[in-house]
Amino acid sequence: MNQLSLDHAGAAIEFNKNEPRVDWHDETLWFVRTKRDRAAAQVPEWEQLREAASQIKNYSLSNMHDLLEQFEQNAIKNGITVHWAADADEHNKIVHGIIQKAGADRMVKSKSMLTEECHLNDYLTRHGIEVIDSDLGERIVQLRGEPPSHIVLPAIHLTKADVGDTFHKHLGTDAGATDPQYLTEAARQHLRDTFLTRKVALTGVNFAIAETGGFVVCTNEGNADMGVHLADVHIAAMGFEKVIPRAEHLGVFLRLLARSATGQPITTFSSHFHRPRPGQEMHIVIVDNGRSRQLGRPDFRNSLKCIRCAACLNTCPVYRRSGGFSYHSAVAGPIGSILAPNLDMKLNADLPFASTLCGSCSNVCPVKIDIHDQLYKWRQVLMQEGYGPGSKTAAMKTMATVLESPRLYRMAGKIGRGVLRFAPVTVENKFNPWYTQREMPEPPAESFRDWYINNKKS
Amino acid sequence: MYFCTYVLPKQMMNVGLFIPCYIDQFYPQVAIATLKLLEKVGCTVTYPLQQTCCGQPMANSGYEHLTGGCNDNFVRNFADCDYIVSPSGSCTLHIKHHLHATNETAATAIRSRIYELTEFLTDVVQVKTLEAAFPYRVGLHQSCHGQRGLHLAQMSELMAPPFSKPGQLLSMVDGLELVQLDRRDECCGFGGTFCVTEEAVSAKMGKDRVADHLRHGVHYITGVDVSCLMHMEGILKRANSTVQVRHIAEILTATL
Amino acid sequence: MTTRDQMLANIKANQPSVLPLPTQFTFVSAFPDLTRQFVDILTFVGGTAVLLPDMDAVKKHLQEQYIGLSSIATTVPALASLSDMKLDVADPHELAGLNLAIIEGPLAVAENAAIWVDEHQLPQRVVPMITQQLVIIIRQSTIVPNMHDAYKQIQVDATGFGTFICGPSKTADIEQSLVIGAHGARSLLVCILP
Repeated sequence: MNQLSLDHAGAAIEFNKNEPRVDWHDETLWFVRTKRDRAAAQVPEWEQLREAASQIKNYSLSNMHDLLEQFEQNAIKNGITVHWAADADEHNKIVHGIIQKAGADRMVKSKSMLTEECHLNDYLTRHGIEVIDSDLGERIVQLRGEPPSHIVLPAIHLTKADVGDTFHKHLGTDAGATDPQYLTEAARQHLRDTFLTRKVALTGVNFAIAETGGFVVCTNEGNADMGVHLADVHIAAMGFEKVIPRAEHLGVFLRLLARSATGQPITTFSSHFHRPRPGQEMHIVIVDNGRSRQLGRPDFRNSLKCIRCAACLNTCPVYRRSGGFSYHSAVAGPIGSILAPNLDMKLNADLPFASTLCGSCSNVCPVKIDIHDQLYKWRQVLMQEGYGPGSKTAAMKTMATVLESPRLYRMAGKIGRGVLRFAPVTVENKFNPWYTQREMPEPPAESFRDWYINNKKS
Repeated sequence: MYFCTYVLPKQMMNVGLFIPCYIDQFYPQVAIATLKLLEKVGCTVTYPLQQTCCGQPMANSGYEHLTGGCNDNFVRNFADCDYIVSPSGSCTLHIKHHLHATNETAATAIRSRIYELTEFLTDVVQVKTLEAAFPYRVGLHQSCHGQRGLHLAQMSELMAPPFSKPGQLLSMVDGLELVQLDRRDECCGFGGTFCVTEEAVSAKMGKDRVADHLRHGVHYITGVDVSCLMHMEGILKRANSTVQVRHIAEILTATL
Repeated sequence: MTTRDQMLANIKANQPSVLPLPTQFTFVSAFPDLTRQFVDILTFVGGTAVLLPDMDAVKKHLQEQYIGLSSIATTVPALASLSDMKLDVADPHELAGLNLAIIEGPLAVAENAAIWVDEHQLPQRVVPMITQQLVIIIRQSTIVPNMHDAYKQIQVDATGFGTFICGPSKTADIEQSLVIGAHGARSLLVCILP
């Protein structure tokens, strides 16, 4: 079944049908979380760094208009062409226009969650442009016709056997070959040819620096650099929230990013782009796509502080046991669940409920986004705006009526205990989701209040 | 006969006992243990008889706007208490963060005077010893709302010195052997209505959490929230396990 | 109104009143031995370090290390005799067959084994990625404790491109199994001079 067409709970049921696979997924991601813990523990000022990063981002959001103008001015001075896109469609059109102007019909692209959010690949393919994703994980899922299931580890839902099958089919690797070293080498050879033959390369942007009009792209594989340094045209796509005031602030973010993401001290390449190389064109597309709307929601604006490290996905006990696709959104996991409702409340009304509100996400967040509090707040907004099922609203109204009246509460409690004691079959059946995998609590004869009145009250 | 050491003299503290609805109805023994424990350390405890629920089931489902009646009822019951103490981190956290009422002055006061049981014992009463015995291997489930919401224990995500208020109290119990879990503070997956709306993930999380305790050979799983324990108990029973759950108040009042 | 003006107007209307920048955003890292720290981390990320007394020793070490290898290029004049290719090409595609690039790094960071290089060291930006093997020569005196110190010393826009390189290229995209040698260099040897 296509998980993307189900709501989170429905997709999670599908995902959980293969329990050993869920265990594997959970343990693989928990391993990443423990690597993060070890890396963070090596930095004595870790919590102060998080606070500094949070404050720099708070400042940036509060001064976004001026920082963007400053960034644009300096980027233009550097010889970079700056484009502005109000939404996904405009972004896609701008990128397509640049490719057409370059006379190209093929492009190589490194990781950019923004282009996933905008569905750029679909758009370009429909317009006759071939796009090859060069990040290994992204290439794997692209060959399979899937979206990434994780913003840092796009193919984390796949086993090496899955990748082996995919590469056998598309890249001609040996049937049954599953050695990651061998498979990676095959991808290296395949993509090297791509890098050497593409005239246009697109990258994302991790940080844009207002003071200098440049931007930073971080990768481990070197794929972003390989693409753009060999291309005639470099397109960098960024959500406007990527801008930070000064280069010296990068010290804070680069110390946090990779440690939070994978437990590495820093990514292999942290590349700073300021000017095109001689003869090269460099374009920046600054995208809104709902971000300015989110900026105007006081309860949710600081979700825009996100630096896309995915630490909240790795630590999330729900994400680990439901998989990225269950979030049916470009950005999965806790951060995705507070970003997606801003894009479409109706389509994503289920996501803020895909959480126990355990709070682990907020604690690992390197920029201190109050993710779990925002999940709670989105629940309120979504239900008040009428995106809850009518049956749920009716049930909640009944519950509220009972719980606000001591008399009704006691009556309902007594009936409930009575039913469980004398007619358990009415709840211990397949229509009760609690009972599917759990026994009901054993109901006592008397409530605490009854006991208190009989034994204590003088 | 109980012997305890505590900072404040007996009968000094007037405590209003807040017993969450599901404990009142399904786990009265936890409420009884809580009451005994508070009296044992010298508190004067009253149980306001018209209390019902903190409103969290509606609020966490996105219907905080329907909790006005619950909130007003809560304020009517507890406005006169010096302290409000509850054997639940989750319900305490909800009141602390979300209690607003027609009488907002009283609600504000309640928000600052409500305590989860273990933090009340360690921080307010400052219990140093407890005459209790529980000669078993015990796994402590760090319920998230108590731990990450009320900071009852250091959170594994933060790079900060460890502490644990429930752990501190359990260490005062004779014979109790506290085990170290592989994942010391992962959520059990109860999550309020999450336990039924996201049944697949909720049950899987519960099974995994229970398995961590079982791997370490526990006899009992304890915690500060009966909701989490109820969820794990349901899983243990379904698996016909002999391992049982006990709320921390039951262990802190246990004798040989 | 252009998209640009509309976006900026929306942002201005929706951004909160200005919040302060943090009073502290640089921190001091106290490592007892910067070189030691650098070497430990470099090893952790899959690189190799060797401490050598002078450029002659570097030359000798590289001759032994890469015996029989061709398509070698360097920007270091003292090592020119090792090279049979040049990096200073008009078209970066000419570097496709490069097996070994030997360059210098003006600044290195102890906390994470990152080495800064920019276009002062790179005749073509693609050099450290397109080469099969990479050697970077650094000096102990230019190792700074952490990234805050690094940003104090470098000017990020001194040239059009600069990058921090930390170890050889790598990926763990297949089942979190670490594979060294993704798209960039398959190995990184750092020669540390006094």
